[in-house]
Amino acid sequence: MQGRWTRVVRTPLGLTATVLVVAVVALAVLGPVLWGSGAGAVDTDAILAPPSAEHLAGTDNLGRDILLRVLVATRLSIVLALLAITIAVVCGLVLGSAPFVLGRRSGRLLAAGVNIAVAFPGLLLALFFAVVFGVGATGAVLAIGLAGAPAFARLTQTLVAGVVARDYVAAAQAMGIGRLRILVRHVLPNIAEPLVVNATIGAGSALLSFTGLSFLGLGVQSPSYDWGRLLYDGIATIYVNAAAALVPGAAVLLAGLAFNLFGESVAKGLGVPAGIGLGAVVPGRRAVPVDAPAPAGRTAAADRPSDVVLDVRDLEVTVPGPAGPVRPVRGVSFDVRRGEAIGIVGESGSGKSMTALAITRLLAGRGRVDAARLEFLGQDLLAPDTAVRRRTLGTTLAMVFQDPMTAFNPTRRIGAQLAEVATHHQGMTRRAAAARAVDRLAAVRIPDAPARVRQYPHEFSGGMRQRAMIGMGLMGSPALIVADEPTTALDVTVQQQVLDLLTAIRRADDVALVLISHDVTVVGEVCDRILVMYAGRIVEDLPAADLVTAARHPYTRALVDAVPDMTTDLAEPLATIPGRPVDPADVPRGCAYADRCPLAGARCRAEDPPLVAGPDGPPGHRVACWHAGEPLPAPAGRDYDELVESP
Amino acid sequence: MSATFIAPNPPAGPAGTRLRSRPWARFAVRRLRRLLISLWVLVTVSFAMIHLIPGDPVRGALGPTAPAELVEAQRHALGLDDPIVVQYLHYLKGLATGDLGTSLVSRLPVADVVAQRLPATLVLAVLAFLVAVAVAVPLGVVTGVLTRRGHGRRTELAFTTTSIIVATIPDFLLGVALVYVFGIELGWLPVAGNDTAPAYVLPVFSLAIGPAVILARIIRVEMVGVLEADFVRTARAKRLPARTIYAGHALPNAVTAALTVGGLLLSALVAGTVLVENVFAWPGLGSTIVRSILTKDYPVVQAIVLVYGVGVLITNLAVDVALALLDPRSKIRED
Ligand code: SF4
Repeated sequence: MQGRWTRVVRTPLGLTATVLVVAVVALAVLGPVLWGSGAGAVDTDAILAPPSAEHLAGTDNLGRDILLRVLVATRLSIVLALLAITIAVVCGLVLGSAPFVLGRRSGRLLAAGVNIAVAFPGLLLALFFAVVFGVGATGAVLAIGLAGAPAFARLTQTLVAGVVARDYVAAAQAMGIGRLRILVRHVLPNIAEPLVVNATIGAGSALLSFTGLSFLGLGVQSPSYDWGRLLYDGIATIYVNAAAALVPGAAVLLAGLAFNLFGESVAKGLGVPAGIGLGAVVPGRRAVPVDAPAPAGRTAAADRPSDVVLDVRDLEVTVPGPAGPVRPVRGVSFDVRRGEAIGIVGESGSGKSMTALAITRLLAGRGRVDAARLEFLGQDLLAPDTAVRRRTLGTTLAMVFQDPMTAFNPTRRIGAQLAEVATHHQGMTRRAAAARAVDRLAAVRIPDAPARVRQYPHEFSGGMRQRAMIGMGLMGSPALIVADEPTTALDVTVQQQVLDLLTAIRRADDVALVLISHDVTVVGEVCDRILVMYAGRIVEDLPAADLVTAARHPYTRALVDAVPDMTTDLAEPLATIPGRPVDPADVPRGCAYADRCPLAGARCRAEDPPLVAGPDGPPGHRVACWHAGEPLPAPAGRDYDELVESP
Repeated sequence: MSATFIAPNPPAGPAGTRLRSRPWARFAVRRLRRLLISLWVLVTVSFAMIHLIPGDPVRGALGPTAPAELVEAQRHALGLDDPIVVQYLHYLKGLATGDLGTSLVSRLPVADVVAQRLPATLVLAVLAFLVAVAVAVPLGVVTGVLTRRGHGRRTELAFTTTSIIVATIPDFLLGVALVYVFGIELGWLPVAGNDTAPAYVLPVFSLAIGPAVILARIIRVEMVGVLEADFVRTARAKRLPARTIYAGHALPNAVTAALTVGGLLLSALVAGTVLVENVFAWPGLGSTIVRSILTKDYPVVQAIVLVYGVGVLITNLAVDVALALLDPRSKIRED
């Protein structure tokens, strides 16, 4: 508790607000004692005098000193505001917790009433009550207090509902303890803190509202005076002595702000865990180095076979983390040829999705992408974005994301979202683009496409949305489709449809595919080549056809073993990989897999194995392991206690 | 290379027409029911006002020295002699026929007073709302883009702090300050009445700035959230220009969320006219209701409270309809 309060005071805003609140309260206590008589002193020689050395803010129509009157008025203004807010909180508490005590039916009626009242602005309610209670300070206190009650009732309702849902309240109820008792014992202590914080903010608002009523002549009446009354009098003489209106106005504003800011800082200090907002996020350098020096020994662009669609060399991704920059992708190299399907598999956190976003340059501002080379269709993707490149990428590089539920803009029709590609990049008219959208939806086997284009995303099923997403990629003529877990969020029954569709597109048009998945079966079925990622690196690169026979890396072999097949005894627990994935913020020295690897030896913990051609694998096979292909110990040795997550 | 991938078109089913029918009807019914209940509560409360006043309101209005016959006559004129149920029915009947009673002070029909004063208030509120939106949307979008995740921490802090402070300034104090600066010191703009176009400037801005800043804050927060959304990534994957992504994809989604709060602001703005009208001697409902409260002209007060209340209800309805139009999901969302 102590620490939380000091945290409030430590922020510059919080400190300022605290100092102001203390000053206002001190002034309220001392003001009338110190200057009470001075403020009342009538000076007929100095009626409506402008500011001078003697009267710093001038005088009013009886020659009384404005500044002293403002100082003295602090007490009445604050006391009235506090009275009003107390009424608001107490009434709100009663109204808001009554539904819990009363039970369902009358409780709901009360809640409905509060809901209606909350819809009306406080000032309107205050005016209403001011009529009922009559003009004057008492009436105004009651009016502002009651007008504030619905808002506090709503707050209490919400808070109570949150506490009531907790187990111990249910337990107390099950034990037959009365609702009123539960309310007092269990609920109120738990909601006191947010209520007090909001009451503090509310005190500021009450002060301002009270000033408003007094300013209208409905609040404090002469000869008593609060800031609002002084403002009311000052406005009348604003042409003669502007300070008479400005000084009380400034006082109200300062005090109101003090309470508001104090409340807000306390709310922030109490509600937010330590560290947030204190520069916890180290912003990474945003710019991608345009002229990244190519490491020596790299093949020149001209030497590469021309059917390479995507060429990635030494890709690194750096994102800011709580304790310094984190590198979730640490040197990934591969290329994708025309019509080729590459699968990237790995556990969550292996860096596979980061890789997908990095190679498509869709990593949002926080992440930084470095690479020795990153080329798509011969275009340098590390270069700054241009309109020309946007057009090329917009028509030749298609993306499919994991969650089709959120990947479409919920406020726009599906057809419009597809057509946009054509109007922006292919110079089509709206009509032509709309026709193409229908055509493309039909192409991805969406029934009744002409009607479907006019629907919104939420009217599509998940599988259909994913197909529409693929259709969106087909608005242009893609050379590459990057699909990041395209079936993970889908119903099992439609997963196959989406995979079949991707395969069909690839076959028909020689479109290359990069399929990212945690599921080695999915990748093995659809792809030609499989890249296995672990802790931000490729640990094995092998033909999909040879997945079972040619896998040499212990991690790949574990992944393959974890897949149930015909011979798996389903009564046995499924094989999973023991141990937990590596935290990208804390990658160990040597081979990152060593902690979980049954073959790990001293060298593994000292040196990171490079990705090189496998000892006895098929052509194109690459593996990063010091003990590639060595026999694994019997699975009985696995530690089943520490299972965390199957890939 | 051209994409020649075209799968055989499955025959179009009769599903099309059925799919296009929308749950608009249910939305309308639900919303109408809520409006009617609120309206009934409002009418009843405004009727009850005069009966909630402790003591004899007529005696209170006329003062302790008024002759007893006059008080009696006045009570009779107000219908306070009748049983309360009869009074209530009478009140409802009057409302239905546009009869709001007679002013105790001016003896004019209250309906005429309202009709004469309403336009000025309406114009003030609508103009202020338009200005607030015109300021808030660009401000919110731009700061949202500048402070999106991983960007502009300082800008964010400066904007948030300034906006909290500005939003705390009540409209009438802002009005007083504006009167002083632009009316008295600089003498650029008139500070009272609504006779000329320049006279609109200060009242409209006093009303608009607070809501504008609050709205901008909300839009900023929403923008920052929306810019993280998957569909914005999709829009970027389509390689659309930044302008299209922000204005075409992010903003509509940020606005739907901001609208809910915007509605509350708008109804607060309707009420805010009361204070601002009194600062600027604006000949609208706000200055009339205050004068009537002070002179205990209850029928007028009652009618104006009712008009403001109806204004708030209409505002809330408009916001809900706008939400339903902008966000295709909200119609079917139960609330
Ligand atoms: S290098 Fe060593 S620790 Fe790493 S996978 Fe190979 S055997 Fe295991």
